[in-house]
Amino acid sequence: MAFLPKRFALTVSTVALLALSACKKQDAAAQKQDAAMIEVGEYASLTGKEAAFGQSSHQGTVLAIEELNAAGGVLGKKFDLITEDDSSKQGEPATIVKKLISRNNVVAVLGEATSSRSLEAAPICQADKVPMISPAATNPAVTRVGDYIFRVCFIDPFQGAVMAKFAKNTLKLHRVAVLTSVSSAYSVGLAKYFKERFIADGGEIPAEQEYSEGDKDFNAQLTAIKAAGADGLFVPGYYTEAALVCIQARNLGMQIPIFGGDGWEAPELIQIGGAAVNGCYFSTHFSPENDSPAVKDFDAKYGARFNGETPDGMAALGYDSAGVLADAIRRAGSTDGPALRDALAATKDFPGVSGMITIDANRNATKPAVIIAIKDGHFKFVESIAP
Amino acid sequence: MLSEFLQQLLNGLSLGAIYALIAIGYTMVYGILRFINFAHSDVFMAGAFIGLNAAKFVHVGTVFGGLEVLATAMIGCAALGITIERLAYRPLRNAPTLNVLITAIGVSLLLEYSGQKFFGAAPRRFPALFPVREFNFAGVTISSNQLTVIAVTVILMLALQFIVFRTKMGTAMRAVSLNPKAAQLVGINNDIIISFTFGLGSALAAAGGILYALNYPSIDPLMGVMPGLKAFVAAVLGGIGSIPGAALGGLILGIVETFVAGSPWSTGKDAIAFGILIVILIFRPTGLLGKARVEKV
Amino acid sequence: MPPKSLCALVAGLLVAAGIGAFSDRIDPYYLDVLTGIGINVILAVSLNLVNGYTGQFSLGHAGFMSVGAYLSAAVTLFLGPRLLGAGGGTALEQGMLFLGALLCGGLCAAFAGLLVGVPSLRLKGDYLAIVTLGFGEIIRVIFQNVNALGGALGLNGIPPYTTIAWVLAFVAITIFTVLCLVHSTYGRGFLATHDDEIAAEAVGLNTTRYKIVAFVVGAFFAGIAGGLYGHFKQSIAPSGFDFTKSIEIVVMVILGGMGNTLGVILAAILLTLLPEVLRPIADYRMIIYSLLLIVLMIARPQGLFNFKRKKA
Repeated sequence: MAFLPKRFALTVSTVALLALSACKKQDAAAQKQDAAMIEVGEYASLTGKEAAFGQSSHQGTVLAIEELNAAGGVLGKKFDLITEDDSSKQGEPATIVKKLISRNNVVAVLGEATSSRSLEAAPICQADKVPMISPAATNPAVTRVGDYIFRVCFIDPFQGAVMAKFAKNTLKLHRVAVLTSVSSAYSVGLAKYFKERFIADGGEIPAEQEYSEGDKDFNAQLTAIKAAGADGLFVPGYYTEAALVCIQARNLGMQIPIFGGDGWEAPELIQIGGAAVNGCYFSTHFSPENDSPAVKDFDAKYGARFNGETPDGMAALGYDSAGVLADAIRRAGSTDGPALRDALAATKDFPGVSGMITIDANRNATKPAVIIAIKDGHFKFVESIAP
Repeated sequence: MLSEFLQQLLNGLSLGAIYALIAIGYTMVYGILRFINFAHSDVFMAGAFIGLNAAKFVHVGTVFGGLEVLATAMIGCAALGITIERLAYRPLRNAPTLNVLITAIGVSLLLEYSGQKFFGAAPRRFPALFPVREFNFAGVTISSNQLTVIAVTVILMLALQFIVFRTKMGTAMRAVSLNPKAAQLVGINNDIIISFTFGLGSALAAAGGILYALNYPSIDPLMGVMPGLKAFVAAVLGGIGSIPGAALGGLILGIVETFVAGSPWSTGKDAIAFGILIVILIFRPTGLLGKARVEKV
Repeated sequence: MPPKSLCALVAGLLVAAGIGAFSDRIDPYYLDVLTGIGINVILAVSLNLVNGYTGQFSLGHAGFMSVGAYLSAAVTLFLGPRLLGAGGGTALEQGMLFLGALLCGGLCAAFAGLLVGVPSLRLKGDYLAIVTLGFGEIIRVIFQNVNALGGALGLNGIPPYTTIAWVLAFVAITIFTVLCLVHSTYGRGFLATHDDEIAAEAVGLNTTRYKIVAFVVGAFFAGIAGGLYGHFKQSIAPSGFDFTKSIEIVVMVILGGMGNTLGVILAAILLTLLPEVLRPIADYRMIIYSLLLIVLMIARPQGLFNFKRKKA
């Protein structure tokens, strides 16, 4: 009989699954308070296309947590950092963050460096009333998801304006083409804000072209941009594609200045781009060349902990996100969701290594941006632009 | 306007040449074994990675050094292709085509994910093997890399034509592709011919991989997926089983894709390849240069 | 006395409701895994109808899943607030909205199945595989370029309407429908088309019709699974429904034994649990998957869970 096996299978599976589910759910809130350590979740792109960002911010976070624990932790408890890798893939942050919240009972979530993936996880944190602090997601939509979502960096309307001013006033450009990645919220947003500001300042956008993440060939788009007679090119995307764009632009004989945003900041930009990226610029959150004692101290600590590496913007922001969280826990006097949220919202003049952090009414931080140039295969600080 | 058109045409030819090299490999294997070797695109990727590692041992930036790396990659991938055939496809020589197709998918995934595990998923920089220079001609900028691609492709295709039509191995290949049983009857060792075909096709894929990596110097273990699919479309477009067809299909696809990418609808450029595939399969399934096959019941 | 099959379906639905009622006593992580299993079972069983029973090798199933996911999410995200009002509606209203959204997604996916099935008719074996793969990719690129549906960024913050009860209920319905079809004259048609298309045509069977029915029904349930998936993960993007996703479903069908529904269900359960169990060595997961495929095809082409001797 055809259906007998099916019924049998259904019964067997049901019994098996019920047995599996026999573990009772514990009371999450009570668990969080009773825990001997403060569980903090982190989701980052440790592997994949934006691995450079995730690894950097993760290292910054780890350094901060280790320092905090060495000083005895907060409220008498030490931090336990639980990190999960989202492989730079869409769909992974949702699963990971759910797991961090329900299985690991974290009091807060740190992450992510990219806006797209932060946007994916934010609704889940918001619904579960777990504060989320993004170190480096710059698209304004991220914190608009709800009152439990924060960030310790500036947002793209500011960054776009910074690059527009830089293009107009410092590089003296009038016709800047824009090459946007349609695959990331960050790129689309930053392009929009740059265009708005650049046109408002009297500039022109003679050509707008698009590409998808993972694309290797930009010759077609660059040829069209060259034909439009642009005197500069803005590429608000991530470092892998930016490097290839620079190489192919130079191969096509285009000597115009090419610049971008904080998505460019990774050692791979120079590794892949080679000589083609010399003379290019990008904006970011932090420069290790900053003279302040706090930054010099951070540079030294980071180098000591991580094989002599120099920290970049992502590392500084990862470090600051953990610092801001600890500070808020201390002020709130508890790790309870609503209390922590209120304490985070009240963060004022926190001395971060990436700058003074004050969380505004929109849960964003207002901080200066720095412009970095690439010279002889190294990142070089050019100027700092205040909000 | 004209110079932009000519530039895009050149870009398209350069891209198309790479598709042609990969497509020839697909078509050769299909011609002989009547199945699509999904793993071909990953042999392409392997070629690029072998090249990356071989480049450490040569003088980068000289013509001779570049040729050495190219040769190493081609030989390495020929070996890889022959090994895959021996281990994964030969046991299934008499199985239904579906089973072999699935095995091919398995091999493809295995190569991709092993690559990700051992090389890391992050993109790596591919060195500039040949000296890089630009030439300007009638408003069109020609990069020496693009010239290299076209030159190497033409040379390899001429070499292939020679092998297929002027050597005994080539004649045997054509015989096996026409009728494997009859070929056995006249004394051809099918196993050797099939291995040879795989080796040849894989060598061409490796060349394609190196040339691709020269022009787009960021390589990663999944780099073969899209070019592989598109090259397959090119092979079908030209008529699967026909080597000149694969070359023609590759060029056409490269040019169409480039013009779409330079237009306002640039993000649809991947879909264009599949659109072409579906249109061709509906209206002219044998492709541009293919011959209709009669199916005996 | 209603037929045995209907009794089994009702029993299945009751079990689903029962587990649903129990669900707040169950650890949420396990619930999540169970939900994932259920969705994969629906996907695998629906693909099995096309690949296994009818012998049409389709590599674009993720495309139908994405159609269902996007359209059902569009209903709940865009129409939902209007229909439910500011308060969010009662549980019953939300449930009805969800059911409506799922059915909408499923029907659109079925329509997509029709669009794919019709041109693919005349193709066999490898060609069909490639064309379905091509259609899957085209669907993905279309969604990537539709800005109203989020474009390349996809949709976030989809309301989490998927509960274990819904998933298990649809698992029961899917299995019931597929088995009913297979044990009817349609089923004979599917099997005939699978075994020898030319012979089937020669004895007067309209293989066209059977192939289309298989595609459309398979696509419908893939759409339902997509809708359930979207409201479970709360976030969907075109990149999540690519060729790799289609392959994952194909592996379940092959592992279970093409045309063997029970085997396919077991395979789906196994292959959903495996990545969770293997999370510590997640980077080896796909390597194991692919080795499994190769070894299976060489050593045991009828599948791991196929204990019947199927005719070659």
